[in-house]
Amino acid sequence: MRPFTYTRAASIDDAVKAVSANSGTRFVGGGTNLLDLMKMGVERPAHLVDINRLPLTEIIEHQGGIRMGALARNTDAANHQLIRTRYPVLSQAILAGASQQLRNMATMGGNLLQRTRCYYFYDPSYEECNKRTPGSGCAAIKGVNRIHAILGASQTCIATHPSDMCVALTALDARIQVTGPKGSRTIPIPEFYRLPGDTPQHETNLQPGELITAIDVPPLAYGKRSFYLKIRDRQSYAFALVSVAVVLDMEEGGGTIRRAHIALGGVAHKPWRAEKAEQFLAGKKPEANVMRAAAEAELKEAKGYGGNDFKIELARRSIVRAVGTAAAMSQA
Amino acid sequence: MSSDAATDSRAKADMKENELEQAHQSSGVSRRAFAGSAIPGAVTVLPSEGAQAPATAPPGSLECSLTVNGQEHKIQIDPRTTLLDLLRENLHMTGTKKGCDHGQCGACTVLVNGRRINSCLTLAAMHDGDQVTTIEGLAKGADLHPMQAAFIEHDGLQCGYCTPGQICSAVALLDEVKSGAPSFVTSNLSVIKEVNLTDEEIKERMSGNICRCGAYAGIVAAVWAVYAGKTA
Repeated sequence: MRPFTYTRAASIDDAVKAVSANSGTRFVGGGTNLLDLMKMGVERPAHLVDINRLPLTEIIEHQGGIRMGALARNTDAANHQLIRTRYPVLSQAILAGASQQLRNMATMGGNLLQRTRCYYFYDPSYEECNKRTPGSGCAAIKGVNRIHAILGASQTCIATHPSDMCVALTALDARIQVTGPKGSRTIPIPEFYRLPGDTPQHETNLQPGELITAIDVPPLAYGKRSFYLKIRDRQSYAFALVSVAVVLDMEEGGGTIRRAHIALGGVAHKPWRAEKAEQFLAGKKPEANVMRAAAEAELKEAKGYGGNDFKIELARRSIVRAVGTAAAMSQA
Repeated sequence: MSSDAATDSRAKADMKENELEQAHQSSGVSRRAFAGSAIPGAVTVLPSEGAQAPATAPPGSLECSLTVNGQEHKIQIDPRTTLLDLLRENLHMTGTKKGCDHGQCGACTVLVNGRRINSCLTLAAMHDGDQVTTIEGLAKGADLHPMQAAFIEHDGLQCGYCTPGQICSAVALLDEVKSGAPSFVTSNLSVIKEVNLTDEEIKERMSGNICRCGAYAGIVAAVWAVYAGKTA
């Protein structure tokens, strides 16, 4: 690791000031991704501000929904009674990611900011990576791209967002609370993440010095009818090739879907809200041909790059299976 | 105590360790002495009682105080020092292993404030005031921890490199199961009840610890044995 200096933030303001003052300064929470990238030489901060002692660990009921402090550990959120009972898809998604050891360290805020696991981004011995070195090119487009994006990618970057948790948060319409040098604001999750476009180095719309303080999930009466499907190369402890978070609001008795919330992981630069599939399913019964047509509508614009062509059909089938599983759940 | 004296006492400790190792090797350079010389960032280990920061602490170094297996340590460290490197290189507690050093293998698993973590992906400085338990802290004198005994009894190892991490992980696993913490394979998360331990649960919960020798069947058997209260 390159040398850096280290201080511990005494307050949120203290942390924001320290990081705003110098572009080479970074917040460190759980550190599970940042330290790994520092060892690889991808991240090279001159100074780290340790935010672990800030009072941002609470998980509480908030405006009928839930507020999760940015420094709550992934384990604490996954195991929290309110989340397990009201939004089990979020617990499931968190538990699908990483290992127990990593979830014990990783924070909610840090998980939002995970960097891609694109091989070319992660290894600076590859010169081409527009995310790591803007303007240098994308080695993945013509390289090994089995794990790469099929939706919303650009000619400059086909990386995917690696998180499971954020897929569930996207389906649940989460809102991100941040505090920065210009004050506090709320960012709905669709506006938090960016597609790569011509600036893949910018993954979120966070401004310099802004610190995530909490994640809010609004109330959702039907949150129990939810499911997280994760498809990966091994049964545990691997990133998703494709994942699907589904929450369904269904009419009792008739079995018609009033509203579907669907988000996909492993397919794009950000957790992908499957709006086309959601619209297709609204007002219909979850029959096999209906779910298939919804999945086809969502993947219509999908594009493979050779190694990841298989993901397009995998994503279609994963949507069908996830929606079908949620629809078949009893609401007991 | 001056930093010279502290360095001196560390050198003496190293010499003693080298003498022990030299009895087992013929190359003339001890593995630990070689590894020690290759570690960047000079580090001074101070005794825990009455310790003060040395007058000549390297610029940018931090004082860190943490308790490892019940013993408090106050140490001057380079900010880059991971908890794993602090344990192995500064405190010479080499039971905790460095495998991948990227949080992918679990060999470095230790318990911090009772929770298992990958000590390779966390800075020692972030653990000021924390309680750390390593594999060295599990046994009570000559009495092995039940999980250690079960790993031996059930052949939960071959080469042994991943074993300290596996055992720390397995000890934490049983606490997690007792407290009702779910895993990805736990059915119906919204029903909060005691975890129904199964082979599938053990495998999922141990997936952060890789064993290249493939001693998994023995590891699962060892976890079952301790869970059931049978250590042999």
